[in-house]
Amino acid sequence: MTDTRANESDKLPHYVRREKFDPYDGEKLDPKLERYYMATQWRLMWWKLKRHKLALWSGVLLVFMYVSILFSEMIAPYGVGTRNIDHIYAPPQRVHLFHEGKFVGPFVYGFDYKLDLDTLKREYTPDPAKVQPLRFFCKGDSWEWMGLVPGSWHFVCAAEGGTFFLLGTDRLGRDMFSRLAYGTRISLTIGLIGVMVKFVLGIVLGGLAGYYGGWVDMVIQRMIEIIRSFPELPLWMALSAALPVSWSPIYIYFGITLILGLIGWTGLGRAVRSKLLALREEDFCTAATLMGASPKRVIFRHLVPSFMSHLIASATLAIPTMILGETALSFLGLGLRPPITSWGVLLTEAQNINVVALYPWLLLPVVPVIVTVLAFNFLGDGLRDAADPYK
Amino acid sequence: MLAYFVRRLFVMIPTLLAISAIVFFIIQLPPGDYLSNQIAELRAQGEAASMAQIEHLRAQYHLDKTPVERYFIWLFGLLRGDLGWSFEYDLPVNVVIGDRLILSFVVGFATVIFTYAVAFPIGIYSATRQYSWGDYGLTFLGFLGLATPSFLLALVMLYLANIWFGTAIGGLMDPEFVDKPMSWAKFLSVLEHLWIPVVVIGTSGTAAMIRRLRANLLDELQKQYVVTARAKGLPPGRALFKYPLRMALNPFIADIGDLLPQLISGAAIVSVVMSLPTNGPMLLAALRSQDMFLAGSFLMIEAVLIVLGVFLSDVALAALDPRIRLHGGAGK
Repeated sequence: MTDTRANESDKLPHYVRREKFDPYDGEKLDPKLERYYMATQWRLMWWKLKRHKLALWSGVLLVFMYVSILFSEMIAPYGVGTRNIDHIYAPPQRVHLFHEGKFVGPFVYGFDYKLDLDTLKREYTPDPAKVQPLRFFCKGDSWEWMGLVPGSWHFVCAAEGGTFFLLGTDRLGRDMFSRLAYGTRISLTIGLIGVMVKFVLGIVLGGLAGYYGGWVDMVIQRMIEIIRSFPELPLWMALSAALPVSWSPIYIYFGITLILGLIGWTGLGRAVRSKLLALREEDFCTAATLMGASPKRVIFRHLVPSFMSHLIASATLAIPTMILGETALSFLGLGLRPPITSWGVLLTEAQNINVVALYPWLLLPVVPVIVTVLAFNFLGDGLRDAADPYK
Repeated sequence: MLAYFVRRLFVMIPTLLAISAIVFFIIQLPPGDYLSNQIAELRAQGEAASMAQIEHLRAQYHLDKTPVERYFIWLFGLLRGDLGWSFEYDLPVNVVIGDRLILSFVVGFATVIFTYAVAFPIGIYSATRQYSWGDYGLTFLGFLGLATPSFLLALVMLYLANIWFGTAIGGLMDPEFVDKPMSWAKFLSVLEHLWIPVVVIGTSGTAAMIRRLRANLLDELQKQYVVTARAKGLPPGRALFKYPLRMALNPFIADIGDLLPQLISGAAIVSVVMSLPTNGPMLLAALRSQDMFLAGSFLMIEAVLIVLGVFLSDVALAALDPRIRLHGGAGK
């Protein structure tokens, strides 16, 4: 091999770059990557969550449901306690669009009522002669919005003199769909308020245990262990039985929420504690302490933001337990009591086997329970996956 | 191992004491007591004569003492195996709950077996065939199991069992066997009735366990030693069962602590719906009538069972996994 350079010339030609010197030239990123690197943690989580289609749609569904509880009175075609004494245990009415091949718009067929004298069963048959078109944006039973603002406006009502029982009626002839709409408000908020109680207790107690360690940790750990040694439902039952009978339904509602929250915070408390224990040893935390930051500042300014996302995910996963818990307690007659209407209160009507056999539509309140619990589970799973976007 | 065992045993004592204090506090919570309800009833009927008798009873059950004194009386009674007196049944609590406890045990034990027997193969299947249709289907079923309130499932299954198999509704055996001595026919009848509560109670626990086993096994299967084993030509079956599965099983045993309370909770409500002669309905009735020693005994027994279960699972875990012994931690 010959050295060609030595033959042609001794030196390379002197090269000077014309452009101005930019020290970061070599590390320039294309805009797409830069957008990714510069994004905040929350933005990254959002991107990650968006990819999780099931979680996203569950979230949309839940937002929709929570918005709907603002309008429960208007969604329900009847009042929550309105009794249609001519239609006791009426089956659901199907909404039709066409009558004898002609388009009529949404309507239902009115009922013919007959009492079976052998079995004493009420028999309702849809009568094709009674076409009862639904009315929209109409005046119906009057209500008081959240017990404050009076009105009588509904999205849908039955035809004048007709009936519209989308999900049938119960033993007092009350429209199940309307009661379900009202029950949604109670059942959904009980989960939310209960989780807030859990959240506060979990962060404060778990935070104390994780940050201070030592005997504080010992005491709180033992507390968690003891609470977890009780079977949840019997403990709820015992505590709810202790709520005074003389309390008004609304106090009972808050009492039940508090009971559900007081027992349920342990899981969240544990999560906070273990996260804090891990994060406490990180360099940024030591640095903050060395620079004279108070424990309060270290916890709330540095530590909490780093695991907030995890907490939100665990809280989301905790809501279904509360909803199911309320349902179970009310079903046993230890939870909410009429006149407050929740999904669990509605299901108390479905307590015996006759209902399953004769009036299966009284079981329908279980559908929103399942849908909500599933949606919270899917959303929670998605959030948990998204919670650590740097992974 | 022995040191760990003993230490773990001693940790249980303060826990149990605290539990007993909480149980006592809870059963004292409702205003009034069974006797004061009785007195109100007697007064309403205008019977003043038995007031002396009531006072006598009050003294006999120490209801005239301070709560703290009563707690210690109750606690020492517990230690001697005396659970107190059931006002409702007018019998010692021990006598009232004896049979029920045994049946609760039977149901609980069967449910644990069911949970493991179902969760184990399904969890392995889901993990080894991740994202297959089978995995999706089973995962969805599991979610459904978690989301359906068990009492409703119980009702529907009772109805279906009655229609399809002609099983008598409610109870843990056919009516003609109640109060009869144990026989082969009675045993079969119990079996015929047992499977519904077992499936219903076990569903949510099974679903949770499948998900955990699947997640754990997936974690293990991605590790390098599994890749090495495969690369060396180990048959897939052995590459699965020899190490990854055993690693993934650890939390399986540790989860008994979560499974037991879940089972007892599930059993409580399901047996109310199905009117099983177990703890649940009696606890509910006792809470309603403020028969407090009876209610307290149930809570106490259930909590003790759970503590014991967690203890056993901890010991089993320590026996299986030397890392836990060495760290010496009581927790997970």
